[in-house]
Amino acid sequence: MRHIISMLVENQPGVLTRIAGMFARRGFNIETITVGKTGNPSISKMVVTVLGDAHMLEQIEKQINKLVDTVKVQELKPEASIERELCLLKIAIPDNKSKQDILKYADIYKTKVVDIDKKSVTVQIVGESDKIDSFIELVRSYGIKDISRTGVTAIARSNG
Amino acid sequence: MKGSEAIVSTLVDKGFDVTFGFPGGTVIPLFDAFLDNDKIRNILVRHEQAAAHAADAYARVLGKPGICIATSGPGATNLVTGIMNAYMDSSPILAFGGQVSTNLIGNDAFQESDMIGITMPITKHSFQPRNADEIIPAILKGLRIATEGRPGPVYIDLPKDVQCQEVKNLNRNVKIAGFQPNLHGNPVQIRKAAEAINNSERPLFLAGGGVSLSNASAELGRLVNMVKAPIATTLMGKGIFPEDHPLCLGMVGMHGRRIANYAVLKCDLLIAIGCRFSDRITGELSSFAENAKVIHIDVDPAEIGKNVKVDIPIVGDARLVISDLINVLSKTGAKSPSAWGKRIKELAEMCKCNLDYDTTPISPRRLIKDLRGIIKDDIVCTGVGQHQMYAAHYLRIRKPRHFITSGGAGTMGFGLPAAIGAKTAKPECEVYNLDGDGSFAMTQQELGTIKEENIKVITAIFNNEYLGMVRQWLDIFFDKRYSQVHLKKTPDFAKLAEAYSLNGYSVDKPGDIIPTLKEAKKNKEASVLDIHIDPSENILPMLPPGGHLRDAFGGCMNSKGEFF
Repeated sequence: MRHIISMLVENQPGVLTRIAGMFARRGFNIETITVGKTGNPSISKMVVTVLGDAHMLEQIEKQINKLVDTVKVQELKPEASIERELCLLKIAIPDNKSKQDILKYADIYKTKVVDIDKKSVTVQIVGESDKIDSFIELVRSYGIKDISRTGVTAIARSNG
Repeated sequence: MKGSEAIVSTLVDKGFDVTFGFPGGTVIPLFDAFLDNDKIRNILVRHEQAAAHAADAYARVLGKPGICIATSGPGATNLVTGIMNAYMDSSPILAFGGQVSTNLIGNDAFQESDMIGITMPITKHSFQPRNADEIIPAILKGLRIATEGRPGPVYIDLPKDVQCQEVKNLNRNVKIAGFQPNLHGNPVQIRKAAEAINNSERPLFLAGGGVSLSNASAELGRLVNMVKAPIATTLMGKGIFPEDHPLCLGMVGMHGRRIANYAVLKCDLLIAIGCRFSDRITGELSSFAENAKVIHIDVDPAEIGKNVKVDIPIVGDARLVISDLINVLSKTGAKSPSAWGKRIKELAEMCKCNLDYDTTPISPRRLIKDLRGIIKDDIVCTGVGQHQMYAAHYLRIRKPRHFITSGGAGTMGFGLPAAIGAKTAKPECEVYNLDGDGSFAMTQQELGTIKEENIKVITAIFNNEYLGMVRQWLDIFFDKRYSQVHLKKTPDFAKLAEAYSLNGYSVDKPGDIIPTLKEAKKNKEASVLDIHIDPSENILPMLPPGGHLRDAFGGCMNSKGEFF
């Protein structure tokens, strides 16, 4: 099962290495990882998604907590949090008919066209990872020229 | 004040009077500052690994951090084994490594190595002060991190130019947002534990190194005598409860005593304190303590539920939790399970090992018997291998912090430098290093340190001319196909000791062991006893790795007495 773990860490050199290294040496697989600033300049926020069972999740949380640079660790459960991922997707345009279809799908998925030329269109899609996956599947047959995904970031719901 | 002077004066302020180290280009400023402060001295080792081991043993004996120093590059990488050894056994050390000047970092400069990266998986934390103002906070925070909660090593990387800069701001801030170990056990959990103890017919204590680290031996003694339940220990727990006490069953696990392993298998409540259920203790995880509810007390929450499923977890410092547990039990009254106590006592009677061997070559069991006669409440250090397991199985240690051995890491060569650290920590104590011929040879250059610093330790080498523990595995699991285990007769360890102007003895006859040990005790300087033992003997019983406790074989497992 996929879990989202959100953590506040000291904004110090090497923190990402410490956390990523701990995951690697204890055999936990990181699916996605994002790091960014917070309101406090000395603290950064990291959001990690991992695959594993409940026992593994418990160990991951405890091991992250042991790292001196970690200030707070929290699992964000799907029902009590909002998650988003951003994807930039460059899709090939084989012919004019396809172009119309791609732009129609892009519209239905509420993506934003950020670049276009005769041979390809680049769209920006924001949403839960599942939505991004399904859009990619939808346009795959036209030819995917490039994908850049940010990985998941997430936040607890206010009324959670 | 320069950065290097700030290091020395901060250490002196914090009550340190000794370090273990070896110089080199990038720590010249630091060792220069030692010359101007007579409150602290450095013991010049012959190899940096020994500095780390000596600091580690110093910490284990005294309960305060040991300090080691090496230069950048190969000097610092030589510390790595010692840091890892301290990490595995939760020993608080502060390791300083030199580093190339900040303008050269990342340039593959001469003797540059990324020690922060290299030590990341084997330290609690590490620091690299990038200007002199960051030095004092790094040391103060490092000492806090090394000692508070579950202890462990901290590495501090010292760029050469930073040591030479002036300290402008005497910042002594030690606040660390993400470091607040939880020391007090949850009262609800403690009440549950007390209830479980009172409802148990067959309780067993299992105590590990954590009890020693939290200085909880006295409290543990009170609790055990109150509940009157038997107690087994891990290798790291040896000595935290007097091993000549009738309730003490000795060590559990792969080379544990059969009475201790029997008790683990049959108990209905296992009260585990400060231990981490390593694979050398549990054997097959699914059947470990299969008839028992498990209470696990540990200061490191990540240890709870990591290996063994726990029914009543208590996160907290062993000493505080045991005290709370005693308080609750003294109110509710503690029940003493008599039938179980009687059964254990009967079986313990059958678990008396025969050590009376007069054969030549000397049996290692005869050697351990004679050592047992000589070593009273002295400090014992060991190397790693068969001799270590003979010591762990047979010696009866009565005091905490008196059995210094490499547990989790299993670092051959630990014994001699550990003895240096132990003797430095407690010069008034007699310190023995029980070692193997293979293990001793890995750090034997430290005889030079011992001679020059006049550190009187007594080394007894169980010399069987083999890498005995590996040979034992080849005997048992590889059809006696001996590969790369025969060391033969080199060197003559007695002559080696003499080459360092120390006392060397070659012992071949069982009758000579005690007189030679007595002479070594009387000597003013260190002695090395090269004791030639029967090369064919193995340390038994033995539990095959991952096996059921019932599968232990050999030695007393073959003798009469229905155990399992």
